[in-house]
Amino acid sequence: MNFKLKDIVPQLITVLAVVLVFGFFTYNAQINMENRGIDFGYGFLSQESSFDVQFSLIEYDGSHSYFRAYLVGLLNTILVSVIGIIIATILGVIVGIARLSPNYLINKFAAFYVEFFRNIPLLLQIFFWYFAALRALPLPQDAEAMFGVFFLTIKGLYVPAFIWQNFNIFFYSIIAAIIAIIVIRAHAKKVQENQGKQIPVFLISIGLIFILPLLSFLIGGVRLSFEVPVLKQLATTSFIYEGGVSLPPELIALTLSLSLYTATFIAECVRAGIQGVGKGQKEAAASIGLTPNQVLKLVIMPQALRIIIPPTTNQYLNLTKNSSLAAAIAYPDLVLVFAGTALMQTGKAIEIVSITMFTYLTLSISISILMNWYNKKIAIQEK
Amino acid sequence: MSSINFLKPDRTNLNTFLYLGSFLFFISILDVFLNSFFRLNLTGFLPNFLSFLLPLILGFVGLYFIRIEYSGIKNLDLLNKHINTNNFNAVLSLLIIFIIIKSLPPILSWFVIDASFAGDTKDVCTGSGACWTYIKVWMRRFMYGMYPNAEQWRINLSFVALVLLGSVGYFATDKFKKYLTLYYVVIYPLIAFLFIFFFISGGPVFFDFSYGIIAAILSIIIGFFIPSKFKFYYFLIVPLALYVILKYFLFFEEYIELGKLDGLNWVETGAWGGLSLTFIISFFCLIFCFPIGMAFALGRRSEFPLIRYISVGFIEFWRGVPLITVLFMSAVMFPMFLPEDFFIDKLVRAIIAISLFEAAYVAEVIRGGLQALPRGQYEAAKSLGMGYWKMHIFVILPQALKLVIPGIANTFLALVKDTPLIFVVGLLEIVGMLNLAKTNPKWLGFAMEGYVFAAIIFWIICYAMSKYSYNLEQKYKTDR
Repeated sequence: MNFKLKDIVPQLITVLAVVLVFGFFTYNAQINMENRGIDFGYGFLSQESSFDVQFSLIEYDGSHSYFRAYLVGLLNTILVSVIGIIIATILGVIVGIARLSPNYLINKFAAFYVEFFRNIPLLLQIFFWYFAALRALPLPQDAEAMFGVFFLTIKGLYVPAFIWQNFNIFFYSIIAAIIAIIVIRAHAKKVQENQGKQIPVFLISIGLIFILPLLSFLIGGVRLSFEVPVLKQLATTSFIYEGGVSLPPELIALTLSLSLYTATFIAECVRAGIQGVGKGQKEAAASIGLTPNQVLKLVIMPQALRIIIPPTTNQYLNLTKNSSLAAAIAYPDLVLVFAGTALMQTGKAIEIVSITMFTYLTLSISISILMNWYNKKIAIQEK
Repeated sequence: MSSINFLKPDRTNLNTFLYLGSFLFFISILDVFLNSFFRLNLTGFLPNFLSFLLPLILGFVGLYFIRIEYSGIKNLDLLNKHINTNNFNAVLSLLIIFIIIKSLPPILSWFVIDASFAGDTKDVCTGSGACWTYIKVWMRRFMYGMYPNAEQWRINLSFVALVLLGSVGYFATDKFKKYLTLYYVVIYPLIAFLFIFFFISGGPVFFDFSYGIIAAILSIIIGFFIPSKFKFYYFLIVPLALYVILKYFLFFEEYIELGKLDGLNWVETGAWGGLSLTFIISFFCLIFCFPIGMAFALGRRSEFPLIRYISVGFIEFWRGVPLITVLFMSAVMFPMFLPEDFFIDKLVRAIIAISLFEAAYVAEVIRGGLQALPRGQYEAAKSLGMGYWKMHIFVILPQALKLVIPGIANTFLALVKDTPLIFVVGLLEIVGMLNLAKTNPKWLGFAMEGYVFAAIIFWIICYAMSKYSYNLEQKYKTDR
């Protein structure tokens, strides 16, 4: 038995210190809660919340439980994160590629964008968009329609609502298209590996994703109509739009600033990734007769993605965590609804803050597991 | 074939195409320029749609005409190489030029031409431009928060002194160079702390905090004389023990009175604010998060499993949660964890929270550097008979830290950019002061000016920091 005192003692002392600190905290918390007459427990989650939330994806009002309020906040957080991630990725990839452009003007323009937005605190940007830029928008009665159906006003963006008939058939057709694309991609990969033939997967995919839903309209009896928002007068000077979907200005300001800010970091990741692929790879690919498009698609991108994905995952995580700044402009996200309003009402500081932190931990860990899985899939398969 | 050649320049017909192309290009730029600066529309006689697109079409044709692989004219070749390589690039270049020309007049007029600078009431701000008077009037609040006007020289003096003391490293002669690390790690923070503690606060604000600082610095100084064999145990036990002894056994009410300087009014931390608070918080968090992060980076690579698990748990926990919830925790949850009579100032709580949060990021960055070092470095150091601490202090960390300068700089930048979040605990640094000023009934409607002002300040700070880190990186770069 190679039991060494030298190995055991430091570990024991560290663990002891940690346990002592935690014990100290728990002991104090117990005494404090006893003194203030608060009892520890998560039972409050099923109680009636009796506060309202301005913007929610699921049905909610004051008569629902605190748990429902938590769900509303969580869904709003996820909504902002998903929209932000999508826009930031598109913008980031474009800017990242633009930074490598041989065109001097485009290059400098992209560099200016990156340097400008990444050096200003995100909170300041959110405030700027929400309190300064979006406040300059017209009142509902003065708003001009964009393309006749969108109304960008100080009270938010009004867009037409989709009204579906037989929506499930349309939905199934899209799922069918996606499955078909996955199957075709796998098949194309196999064909390419075995016979070296290239199947135009991209064209086929585009065709499928348009044709199958189109078929569902023609055959499946799916009907789509739009409900265009209409201006309605509430009082002599007060107008609102009715019908359609309204996106509150908080959501617009938040997604705008989050995606503009995170896109700068993603752009840098993309640039580093493409620059990280050796020049020899490009030249070798060109010398065996691949076209520039093929070089990009078959040689550069697969290698660049390996460099790009891990740091980009971090940026996605940052965006998700930064979405909690929503609380500063009163967008009802998890922090504002749950760690703000619900905490004020119930006074259950420990429970609520711990639930909030645990939720963010879970979100972060699930995104990183997802991206790790993807990263592993595209990593070099060493033989 | 000939028709295509007809539209493309070559060496023989270069001049014709060059004159025609430059003329068209010039016309298109001129049209946009006049349109945006003087509101003249040269092409007003055309239908609206065509008049709108005409500069683009003219410019495109012009650029197409002058595109030639090699002309021998230096400027033309440069132009072709940089902005005119193919049709797509030409259109993009034109669009960017147009955007710049179009956006210059409104920006200039808002910032300078129509802006008001004079006076000190709202009445002077009648123009359509920015109201810099607002910034001028509120300047003291934006810089110093609610700190009393008569006492602001204390902040100024402290900052000037700290900057001067901080720049000692540049003027040190070779003889003193070896003491610089000791100076920057131990003495400078102590001086900085004393300045903030005695001079800016002028009272017992940091008293509790000061025990921690004194304990840490004392134990570091004594630590230099402890044989490396016991250093681990030493640093595990002594700082905490010193703190407890200082706090609970040497605690006398009179010491609080000692902390006050005669003739200085006590300014509580609630009144601190503005840009100076941004600096104070960033400064302290920088100082604290670095050693904590280093400790956890080493802990994560320790050979003792329990220490490793604790470090991993710590790092992943802080990295997984947003800073705003950490500050929430420090504001509403942390007081519950402390004994009833135990009060920690909210500024100190915010500093602790931000330091722990950023320490996790610093730890990951340093771990990257540690992992990037080749095994040979460890083995060489061990074969020379170095112990764990000696090996890390003299061989591993200097190399690893050199490798991760960009990463650390990024983390510090993130820290500076995160300071506005302290509004959660009720402290108002510059962005918080802006939001306060914005709601003042006498000065409604100047949100834009305030945010632009703060954005410029933050941009300058962050850009300077990133350039400085780039210089450092170049300076310490060693080829492997």
